[in-house]
Amino acid sequence: MSILVNATGLALMALIVWWFWLSAKGRPAKRASGGAIDIVVEDGVYEPSVIEAEAGETLTLRFDRRDPSPCAEQVIFHKLDVSETLPVGEKTPVTLTPKTPGTYRFTCQMQMYQGTLIVH
Amino acid sequence: MNSQTLAIHGATCQHCVRTIEKALGAVAGVREVHVDLQQQSVTVDGDADRGALRAALEDAGYAAEDDEPDAPPPPPDSPPPPADRDDDQDLSLSVTGAHCASCVRTIEDALHAVPGVRQASMNLANHTARVRGSARPDDLVRAVQSAGYDAAPVRDPARAEEDREEQERQLYRKLVRQTSVALAVGLPIMLWGWFGGTMTVEAGTASQWGWGAVSVVTFLMLAFPGRHFFVGAWKAFRHHNANMDTLIAVGTGAAWGYSTLVVIAPGLLPEMARHVYFEASPMIIGLVNLGLALELRARGKTGAAVKRLLNLGAKTARRLDDDGEHDVPVEDIQVDDRLRVRPGETIAVDGEVLEGDSEVDESMLTGEPWPVAKAEGDTVAAGTLNGSGTLVYRATRVGADTALARIIDLVKKAQGAKPPIGRLADTVAGVFVPTILLIAVATALIWYNVGPQPVAAYMVVASVTVLIIACPCALGLATPMSVMVAVGKAAESGILIRQDAALQTAAELDTVVLDKTGTITEGRPSVTRVIAAEGQDEDTVLRLAASLEAGSEHPLARAILDAAGERGLKTAPVSDFRALNGKGVSARQDGALLRLGNRRWLDEEGVAPGLKEAARRLSEEAATPLFLTRDDTVIGVLGVADRIKADAAEAIARLRDRDIQVVMITGDIQATADAIARQARVDRVLAEVLPEDKAREVEKLQHQGRKVAMVGDGINDAPALAQADVGFAIGTGTDVAIESASITLMSGSLHGVADAMAISRATLRNIKQNLFGAFVYNSLGVPVAAGLLYPFTGWLLSPVIAGAAMSLSSVTVVSNANRLRLFKPRGRKGGRS
Repeated sequence: MSILVNATGLALMALIVWWFWLSAKGRPAKRASGGAIDIVVEDGVYEPSVIEAEAGETLTLRFDRRDPSPCAEQVIFHKLDVSETLPVGEKTPVTLTPKTPGTYRFTCQMQMYQGTLIVH
Repeated sequence: MNSQTLAIHGATCQHCVRTIEKALGAVAGVREVHVDLQQQSVTVDGDADRGALRAALEDAGYAAEDDEPDAPPPPPDSPPPPADRDDDQDLSLSVTGAHCASCVRTIEDALHAVPGVRQASMNLANHTARVRGSARPDDLVRAVQSAGYDAAPVRDPARAEEDREEQERQLYRKLVRQTSVALAVGLPIMLWGWFGGTMTVEAGTASQWGWGAVSVVTFLMLAFPGRHFFVGAWKAFRHHNANMDTLIAVGTGAAWGYSTLVVIAPGLLPEMARHVYFEASPMIIGLVNLGLALELRARGKTGAAVKRLLNLGAKTARRLDDDGEHDVPVEDIQVDDRLRVRPGETIAVDGEVLEGDSEVDESMLTGEPWPVAKAEGDTVAAGTLNGSGTLVYRATRVGADTALARIIDLVKKAQGAKPPIGRLADTVAGVFVPTILLIAVATALIWYNVGPQPVAAYMVVASVTVLIIACPCALGLATPMSVMVAVGKAAESGILIRQDAALQTAAELDTVVLDKTGTITEGRPSVTRVIAAEGQDEDTVLRLAASLEAGSEHPLARAILDAAGERGLKTAPVSDFRALNGKGVSARQDGALLRLGNRRWLDEEGVAPGLKEAARRLSEEAATPLFLTRDDTVIGVLGVADRIKADAAEAIARLRDRDIQVVMITGDIQATADAIARQARVDRVLAEVLPEDKAREVEKLQHQGRKVAMVGDGINDAPALAQADVGFAIGTGTDVAIESASITLMSGSLHGVADAMAISRATLRNIKQNLFGAFVYNSLGVPVAAGLLYPFTGWLLSPVIAGAAMSLSSVTVVSNANRLRLFKPRGRKGGRS
């Protein structure tokens, strides 16, 4: 019994590490190709939350905020020096032209909403 | 041969261009195809059939829904648009991608084609289309998009702000409702336990049925007031994310699940472990919702500065048209429109005064308390308040281009800034929740292996408490909340912070380099002294000098005329006016020859020297002596200098009080520089520095290990501003477009530098308090919740207490940040938060 409980606990911990960190890398990404991408802001997640784009390409992300809670109010693109206030019930466009390839996080102020912009 | 244009859709690259060219080239009668990606249109030369072209485009996958970008506009003699109907409304769309006049027509036509549109007009200057009618915004946006552009409905920002407040009020009420329901269920259960009611279950007795009912009721609490935590947690989980919802959902879910298991199958657990924790879930849900509601309240105030700026804008303006004056919505104003502003009204857009005299209160933008005199040729800014005169002005910048709009934009952007101090918290926040989940599982295992009986109960209580007490929000909010309040506060004082790091670096400065001209001084010459020769009086000297200069455009002439105007002296006409570059001016009045100029020129002209001593004294004061002669006799001398700003010495003293070394940098010769330095009371003078060497001087100071601020005009001093740790551009009134500086001071006053540093220090202190609080809270709270104190004191935190602590912690952070709103930078007394 004791071994079973301990093994379950350790397996659970491994699962947490795997699910939230290791497997998170391979999430399906939405590719930006010319047009705008609509991102729904609701229930604590950006949907889609992984965006791929080419370096030097101008992409427009339209944030459709449906969550009225204040955490969702701002979207901040770290390292890109871009932030935008999102009014509820509206699609707010954010236009970016990332020049350097890399992975850029975008989050709300409190970082509860998390998204990734992968620039190739 | 004719040519026709079709709209295309979805073409974004050269590959698409080739595909389209190929597809259309294959259509009979096509001679040449030209694709315009920018406008999403294709022009086809030749005699091809339009239907065939359309079909070819469709096959290639680039057809637009509406293929007629060049549909003829309604003929000019068409009947006027039908009269307004009751269900008509005005709507503005912000359109992107339109760059030329022909786009305007395309867009207007696309909008006209939407059912319900009665009138549509596109303003290229501010990229706004205005639509009147009963069409739905979504349809309009789609129409513009299918014409190859992009659009989004814009609303009056002040209205949008009101909507936002209403939504927040609704959310607040909802949270309060959820709180009351959950607490109404949780409190009786908790009190039952406190006052000795049994919280254990015995199989086959009434207690099992009783707790079964409680289990159902508390489940309803999870399902309704707590629903948003579970939905959020699940969605985040699917995205491999974990957030605050995850912690609350797992925590309350585990407490309820364990208790329900005890009720359903008490036999599975040893007798001691048959304890239920039904009070925990509703209490935690109630308390966390309460925390969210309080946080929402407190947050409302953090955006006060932007709201104040948004409310400055005028709704309508009085336009002077050929057929009279009309009140028009401010969105309809175009560049070059002539507008009238009456006493006490707000100026609607940026412009240039054409006629009239008035004083304008610009304090809302510049922080400068005194009204500014405005006359023909002066610029006025949107959002400023006209005084007692009437002005007619020409619109020069409208819509999003006005200084006010750019300030709002800048402030909003800066409010999302990330000073470096917040980076650690960011890194931690990024991995916080999964880490807490790991700690919670580890806690359960430790209790299982080394804890006392009943292990199952202890495992659940300790790990649920860990999940609930951990507060990623406090950590995540610590920096942004303070930044948001501080940036708004700074904007109220006319200080615009453009760069993330500047907010922090400004607090760490120990050296301030001030450019002389325009920064310490007014940046234009003025008459500092009038000295009359014996037998003459000052007023006569000044009046004659002003008469001489009345026809001149030179800055010196302006200074002399201003000085005469201040004393109420009237000029008299002169004849034979001559201006000699670099020497002076001469003219005749009542037959006498008057000259005003420098000594060297007078020597050349053979005028006998006079007032030498007075001239020497003027030079010592850094003023240039200008001699006035009548018929070869010196009758007076005027001292003209670039005067130091009235409050410069006081502002510099404020900096020096803070042990900041103040350095003046100038291209002037040492003697002149020293004279100004004495008046301004700076610590050091760097004179005879060429403009291009200023950046190098700043660098030298940095090499000495100093944190250097450079204060200058943003254009000539741009390299030095960029080199400095913090570049302050001293604005001239409402000019905000200063790219080279990290901080722009809207008012010309040097107090802005001291104010900015004071705000920066207060903000940094506030952020540190928040971060310290959040880190200490979490790093003490989590181990205590896990039961670290239990072996020593027998203490184990209740999950309910953890819920209360957690919701208080983020409210504390927001409230602490709000304290910054009370901060008063100016003056010595208010220098604390």
